[in-house]
Amino acid sequence: MSTLDFTPDEMMTIAASRALGNDDVCFVGIGAPSAACNVARLTHAPDITLIYESGTIGTAPEALPLSIGDGELCDTALTTVSVPEMFRYWLQGGRISIGFLGAAQLDRFANINTTVIGDYDAPKTRLPGGGGAPEIASSSQEVYITMKQSKRGFVDKIDFFTSFGHGEGGDHRQRIGIKTKGPTLLITDLAIWKPDPETKELTVVSLHPGVTKDDIQATVGWTVKFADKLEETPAPTADELKVLRDLKERTRIAHEGRKVERKGEVA
Amino acid sequence: MAKFLELKDAVSSIISSGDSVAFEGFTHLIPHAVAHEVIRQGIDELTVIRMTPDLIYDQLVGMGLVKKMIFSYAGNPGVGLLRRVRDAVENSWPRSIELEEHSHAAMANAYEAGAAGLPLAVMRGYMGAGLKDVNPNIKSITCPFSGEELAAVPALRPDVAVIHALKADRKGNVLIEGIVGVQKEAVLAAKRSIVTVEEIVDDLEAHPNACVLPHWTVTAICVVKGGAHPSYAQGYYGRDNNYYIAWDKVAADRDRFQSWMQENVVAASTNVFSERVEGLEVNQ
Repeated sequence: MSTLDFTPDEMMTIAASRALGNDDVCFVGIGAPSAACNVARLTHAPDITLIYESGTIGTAPEALPLSIGDGELCDTALTTVSVPEMFRYWLQGGRISIGFLGAAQLDRFANINTTVIGDYDAPKTRLPGGGGAPEIASSSQEVYITMKQSKRGFVDKIDFFTSFGHGEGGDHRQRIGIKTKGPTLLITDLAIWKPDPETKELTVVSLHPGVTKDDIQATVGWTVKFADKLEETPAPTADELKVLRDLKERTRIAHEGRKVERKGEVA
Repeated sequence: MAKFLELKDAVSSIISSGDSVAFEGFTHLIPHAVAHEVIRQGIDELTVIRMTPDLIYDQLVGMGLVKKMIFSYAGNPGVGLLRRVRDAVENSWPRSIELEEHSHAAMANAYEAGAAGLPLAVMRGYMGAGLKDVNPNIKSITCPFSGEELAAVPALRPDVAVIHALKADRKGNVLIEGIVGVQKEAVLAAKRSIVTVEEIVDDLEAHPNACVLPHWTVTAICVVKGGAHPSYAQGYYGRDNNYYIAWDKVAADRDRFQSWMQENVVAASTNVFSERVEGLEVNQ
């Protein structure tokens, strides 16, 4: 299967999908996490429970939603609850096994910034902010993160602590009273990372096919630690690639939407 | 007791300059038609409250009507950033705005506390999060029973809540279905409210546990078909995702934004919304 052509993006989504199981109850962030969760559902984990913060529980969209609240999420859900109920009973109540997040900036202890680049009161770039993420990061039993590697994103020091990962490392989570595990897995376009059991520093445990240690270091703003027994991520199978590409094609068609000319067109 | 009003009369009699106004709708049922009427009437110095500011606040902020924004996620969902909000925050254009930023969980809890008549919301949240260092309205409280330290935020009690719902009956009882968000909480937390609906019906045909706002909880009801566009109305029309994608380019440029707003909002009227959802209808 290793002779198949695939992009780093596809490898990232598929590697992330493999980390999810049938019994997981997954709080899904939009973008890369949403693609990975739905590939898992369409391949090895058909009974996985996907939850979007708009209140949809057990959703099974035909195409990927553009937003966390597209109508199809509700149409295909087991049930749809109010947003206060979603955050109080389901997330804060401890019923989420995996919170799946993306990030704009990430540090070596898996702390996430999606709030500002620069100073909070006079930002160079005002990003959207945390949304559900600050509590997804502390109330989900575990957190998986997926994002592409770049020097801009993988930084020595994040500009703002939107969502707490492992803080300064070690037992920092427990010290501030957080009882959940926090980030246990990071899947990028180049590798799979896991926090060191003691220091909690993110460590590369598996390189995607064709990726070198130098490729990793070139896209990361701190000195990267690699596991002693570094593995190679199995390449996507033909079946995994077909499921992902079909999903992306259905998504493209769904987002094309209507073709009627009308007033108020913004394009 | 809900009054049936024309939208322009509802807005002029219920929303005043300087009010705090929550336009709610979590991706679904966003009350765009009301915001456009507010823009036409030039009601300014507003404190706007909303979990996901979305395009609706990008437009209000870009038109200079907002003094302060209370929010938890200021993005164009699935597309990127809100460029008019960014311009206001980063460059004070067309004016500076004050931000009060929370997480979704805190906003949802704060609306619920407002609806419940409580002064504050208590939750297990903001642990290790930077927002509590920049927002003085995030504090902690110790549980008197367990000793656990929890986060506390003030209840949201807007002057006005604005929502779009699916339908109302002739008495003014309102039905919301699908992604119900925080609209019920926002209306019950607010002093006054405006509800736009797709249609008025003889019978809501609501199941026993449906999300219904009784007529005596709503100040005014206005029929605006398509009034959520480019958001959507479950069972009526789908989300105009292309519009969200295309908005990114309109909002990226100050001049283009202003001319677009002039043509499509300032010089338009409420009845354009029914045309904007043509071709997006879903089978009921």
